[in-house]
Amino acid sequence: MTTSQSISASMLSSKTARAVAAHAILITYTIIALFPVVVIVINSFKSRNAIFRSPLSLPDSESFSLVGYETVIKQGDFVLYFQNSLTVTIVSLTMVLLFGAMAAFALAEYRFRLNLLTGLYLALGIMIPIRLGTVAILQMMVASGLVNTLTALILVYTAQGLPLAIFILSEFMQGISDDLKNAGRIDGLSEYRIFVRLVLPLIRPAMATVAVFTMIPIWNDLWFPLILAPAEEVKTVTLGAQVFIGQFVTNWNAVLASLSLAIVPVLILYLIFSKQLIKGITSGAVK
Amino acid sequence: MGSLSLKNIHKSFGDVEVLKGINLEVEDGEFVIFVGPSGCGKSTLLRIIAGLENETSGTIEIDGEMVNAQPPTKRGISMVFQTYALYPHLTVRGNMSLGLKQAKIPAEKIKTQVEQASSMLALDEYLDRRPAELSGGQRQRVAIGRAIVRKPDLFLFDEPLSNLDAALRVNTRLEIAALHRQLSATMIYVTHDQVEAMTLADRIVVLHDGYVEQVGTPMELYNSPANNFVAGFIGSPQMNFVPAHVLGDDKSTTVGIRPEHIVLSDDDGDVSGTVSHVERLGGDTNVYLDCGEAGLVSIRLFGEHYYEVDAKLSAKFDPARVYRFDQNGDTITG
Repeated sequence: MTTSQSISASMLSSKTARAVAAHAILITYTIIALFPVVVIVINSFKSRNAIFRSPLSLPDSESFSLVGYETVIKQGDFVLYFQNSLTVTIVSLTMVLLFGAMAAFALAEYRFRLNLLTGLYLALGIMIPIRLGTVAILQMMVASGLVNTLTALILVYTAQGLPLAIFILSEFMQGISDDLKNAGRIDGLSEYRIFVRLVLPLIRPAMATVAVFTMIPIWNDLWFPLILAPAEEVKTVTLGAQVFIGQFVTNWNAVLASLSLAIVPVLILYLIFSKQLIKGITSGAVK
Repeated sequence: MGSLSLKNIHKSFGDVEVLKGINLEVEDGEFVIFVGPSGCGKSTLLRIIAGLENETSGTIEIDGEMVNAQPPTKRGISMVFQTYALYPHLTVRGNMSLGLKQAKIPAEKIKTQVEQASSMLALDEYLDRRPAELSGGQRQRVAIGRAIVRKPDLFLFDEPLSNLDAALRVNTRLEIAALHRQLSATMIYVTHDQVEAMTLADRIVVLHDGYVEQVGTPMELYNSPANNFVAGFIGSPQMNFVPAHVLGDDKSTTVGIRPEHIVLSDDDGDVSGTVSHVERLGGDTNVYLDCGEAGLVSIRLFGEHYYEVDAKLSAKFDPARVYRFDQNGDTITG
């Protein structure tokens, strides 16, 4: 073996070793992350006894049971809960993306007095959890008569999602070439059209990232639905699933079935956005 | 149709004054080039003409009409950017027609105008491609096409060739020159490359530190530079500057002589020194002579010459081509 061959061989083996290590770490993480989800889904298809006897085994002909799903469909208005959750999530998400992108555009594009300070003020929400203001929010909602409405949840979630959205999007918008926007101005596009036609398509991957980060906490939230909208007709799925958890008896079949069902819509939304995450169309805009 | 007049344009960014009173008249159909080192304010001036940047004070007139308050689209201009700035999500056709669509031109007319421009720039077969699928030179042609279709009175070019490689730059330069003849529109072109300026311009505006140093045809600037900055900026290799006292001249501070106006001899010259480097370019030979107190003098000779490094030579200046500058750097005439 010549020297160069041995060098390339050792380089190759160190490369392989690194790849193996990286994959090992990633696979471990994936297993940890997926484990609870898999356990929930598996057990939602098993009878109550089987759940407690061997929680990790797959359902077989003996232990297979759809009793959880039957309970969920019979008891409680789960279709309505799903509708509520979807409405709240989609409307909040739309508002976060729209207002977030607009605020980010203003901060990134225009030089005005207090620009930096406004940016910092808007980003402050990233560091201060909105739940600290729960009592004040509740008082406000009571005063404005919005308790037990989806509007209350939408407003709170929009406020919760905006800081991160503005922070991430304004960073991305600063990266879009000024020449491109100026070319639009010379072609007679108004500032709104520049925003909608030139800037938004270019930051689509960033919008998708923000969408995913915003969507999941909203869908999963239990706190604000419990406090602001506990009434039957405005319950979200996460809150709806709580009816099966009692102080003395918990209907595990139903809880697991409702949670499994709750994963589906958010998974679909995630798949839609993650396609955008990968797609970058800025290439070729400017050298 | 496309004359431009700038009166006392000032521009400051915060405390920094970038343009310090620019006055300029451009006639209809002229090709005027702004040239200067980076940071001299030439691109800012172009943006102010385009309306992309607000002037701090002064007036801009296009066709005798004051346009200070007009947005870019209303000024009858179009602009080609250094980075091309093509819309990445639109096809070539979409890129070229967006401005016309925005101006509510009928679709039929847009089609003929786009096709006219694309055949002029040999872009016909690329009309349905996106910018990402084009090469650098093609992208630049699309950017120029986008500017042409609007049939503006005034074209603005912001360093359009600086992202192209050397061979393509020469080609595109020729295309722009041909375009100017064909369209007979007024063109204003910004570059830091004095070769581009010399080869394309009807008139050159030399900018430095926010001031106009000199305005004139390329040969005026070459033959009678107003000061040592213009003298040094125009011409390649750069003009040699020799302290006047070395040559026994007590009326001026600095003496300038272009490398092509010097002859070498073994003895009897204005300055003498040792050869420090020789560049043979085939057509030309550049000799660098280290002349001690007179500094490094470059000499451009035509044809092939074989001088050894460390050889001792004398340089004789052409007396008719010697420029004298006073202590402010201004040219002493007469």
